[in-house]
Parts: sequence; C-alpha cells; structure tokens
Amino acid sequence: MMHVTEEQLILFHYGEDAERDQTQAHLAACAACRDAYEQLQRVLAVVDEAPVPERADDYAQAVWARLRPRLVASPAPHRAVVFPLRRWVWAGAMAATVILAFMIGRFWPRPQTLTSEPSAANVRERILLVAVGDHLERSQMMLVELVNAQPNDTFDLAREQVRAGDLLADNRLYRQAALRDGDRPMATFLGELERVLADVANRPTPLPAAEFELFRRGIEKNGILFKVRVIGADVRKREQAAAGDSLRPVI
Amino acid sequence: MEVDDAAIVGEIRAGNVEAFRLLVERHSHALFRLAYRMTGNEQDAEDVVQETFMKAHRDMGRFEARSGVGTWLYRIGTNCALDLLRSRRRSAISESPAEDGQDDLLESLPAGDPAPDQAICNGEIRQRVAAALDGLSAAERAAFVLRHFQQMPIAEISRVMGLRENATKNTIFRAVQKLRGALEPLMGELR
Repeated sequence: MMHVTEEQLILFHYGEDAERDQTQAHLAACAACRDAYEQLQRVLAVVDEAPVPERADDYAQAVWARLRPRLVASPAPHRAVVFPLRRWVWAGAMAATVILAFMIGRFWPRPQTLTSEPSAANVRERILLVAVGDHLERSQMMLVELVNAQPNDTFDLAREQVRAGDLLADNRLYRQAALRDGDRPMATFLGELERVLADVANRPTPLPAAEFELFRRGIEKNGILFKVRVIGADVRKREQAAAGDSLRPVI
Repeated sequence: MEVDDAAIVGEIRAGNVEAFRLLVERHSHALFRLAYRMTGNEQDAEDVVQETFMKAHRDMGRFEARSGVGTWLYRIGTNCALDLLRSRRRSAISESPAEDGQDDLLESLPAGDPAPDQAICNGEIRQRVAAALDGLSAAERAAFVLRHFQQMPIAEISRVMGLRENATKNTIFRAVQKLRGALEPLMGELR
C-alpha cells in the first residue's frame, strides 16, 4: 500500500487535496499515515499560538490620525477638479461666503411667502456647517502635524503659527455665530479650540525640543484632537442632513 | 445601523475623505495582525498598515466589488508586506537560530509532565513559535501566513505573490517542513 506523502498531508490539512476522499480513506486504514497526520496537526496547532501583540482599542484612531493629512494632501479617487483653487483661497472664499450669509440673514428683506423661509434658513445653516466643517478639518490637520512632528534640538513653529493665526480668526467668528444661534455646546468647544490655537500662535519660536515635547503632550492630554475629529464628523453629518432637507420639496 | 463597505466605497469615490475613516476603523486591527504575522516586527507591521491604507485610497477607483473590501485590503496589505520584506532582503535563517536556547527552553518547562494545553500557554513556547516563524524566508513566511492564518486558497496566494501554483505549494511545503523541524522536538517533550 502506497503511503500518503507529507505534501499530500499538508494539502489535505488545508482542504486543498485534489484526492481528498482517497486520502481520507487511506488515513482511516493506515496507522502510520494517521500518526504522521496527527503529528502535523499538533505542530500546526502550536503554530496558532504564535503571539501577535495586541493594539490598543484606539489603534484605528491613531492610524487615522496619521493617515488623514496624507490623504488630504493626495488627490481623492475620482474627484473631479472643477475649481483648482488652492486650499487657502478656498478657505478664504468660504469665510467670505459665511460673512456674506450672515449679512444676508440679518439685512435681506424677509421673504413674503411662508414656504421660502425654511429654505433660506436651511441654506444659511448649511453654509455655516460647511464652513465650520472645513475649519475643523484644517484645525485637525494642523494639530496632527504638530503632534507627529519630530524635532531635533529645536522646533520652528513659524509655519504652524501662521496657520494657527488664520484659524484663530475664523474660530472666533464661528464661536460668536454659535453663541448667537444658541448652540452652547458648540460655542464651548470652539472656545476650547480657540485657547489651543492661541497657544500655538503665541508660543515663542523656535521651541527647544524638551519644551515642544511638553507642549505636544499637553495637546494630547487635553484630548482636543479627538474632540475636533468627533465634532468635525458630527458637523459633516449635520451638513449632509441639511443638504437632504434642502432637496426636500416644500409643501 | 451599520453602513456596509460598498456604501463607504461609494462615499470615498465621491470625494468624502471622512468616509475612509470608517474603513480604517473597521480593518486596522485585522490588517495589523496580518502584517505582524508576515513581518514579525511591530514597527514594520504598523508601517505596512499605513501604506496599505494609502494605496487603497489611491487605488479606490480601481476597486471592483467582485471581492469584499476586506479581501481587497488584505491583498494590498499582503503585497505591501511582501514589498517590505523583499526590500529588506531578509535572510532565510533568523538571527536567532533554532538551536540556540532550545535546551534552556526545555529546562524551563514546568516539572511533572504538564498537560500540553498548559504547556502551550507557556510564554516561552510562544516565543519559540515566533522564532520558528522568523526562521522562514520572506516568501515562505508570506505564503504560509496567507494559507494558515488567512485561510487564503493556494490559487489566490499564487496570484497575490506572482508565483505559479506549484511554486506556491512548494513554498508552503518548505515552510511547514521548517516549522516541523523547529517545533517537533518540543512536541516530543510535550507528549
């Protein structure tokens, strides 16, 4: 009787043996091959014990925090480039749009028909949400880059300070808008973000590596990055909901 | 209600970067396990995970829904790990040869002929298994991990690794033979 080869046993174990039924019948009849197969199974069962270090529960969030700035920097798949504006031009345009929207909201004659009023309010809300969402995205990018920076002896904050200064000005606008709209949780959060942005904008630079490390840990410890991400995602959801409402026919 | 992967892919293709976060949250841990098993190194595995998602985002336009997003991501992850291993040109033999410390290890096993299950839980045996996997060449390790841990069919492994099916089979056979060579002496003690 021909015995089963080791190669066949391996294929059989993984369910890839073309002659599975014959091998099975042989194993049932042949004690030597059955012993060899059991030995193989024992070894492979021990291999299952190969350790894999566990990642923390927030591992995926850490992956995302490192990934996101790179994704934003790279073109999105299938995204049509209709207006190839530089990001800061776009941000400026958005800020101007928001200011304009506020002015329109305040001084534009109120429409006479009841049906068009919810639609105008919805558009205003949506513009504001888009702008805040974009602002939080830019704040997150800046903070992620700061947190992941690896300085040598010192860290030159000049570039981040310019960005933080711009973000700070926008942030004040949005916080005031949130207060005016009675959205206290958003206003409180933006106040918190404002303090961090002000801190970045006003730090002496270049910063010695040890001080930068303390600064970086402070950002991590107060969880502002996490809050920016979570609230940013929430704003995007609200923005999508508002977009859905604006498409709904007015009855 | 959980959003399915296909809907997420649609959002990503529409330019919603935030939607990609859901894929990252869903697949990071499993990709890390695959990458770690293939590279045997935590830092390398983390790099592979990052690279996998970067490539997935870049190639999202080419994703076809014939296979699930998870399968597609694991395929990219496998290729990233293989690229990394190839670039490092790891030698077939680990830096910690199998013979080293074997006697010490056996001596360290609890006295009184412990039950195998108990012995398997022993951290040092796990280290021994890790060392045995480190003793495989990059290709052997990749093919074995994909077949053994990922349950990927040999035909699929061949496509991922760019090998003929027979070559893939032989690579897996060699991997198993090396693992047996490294681990069977322990099994003898455990019986």
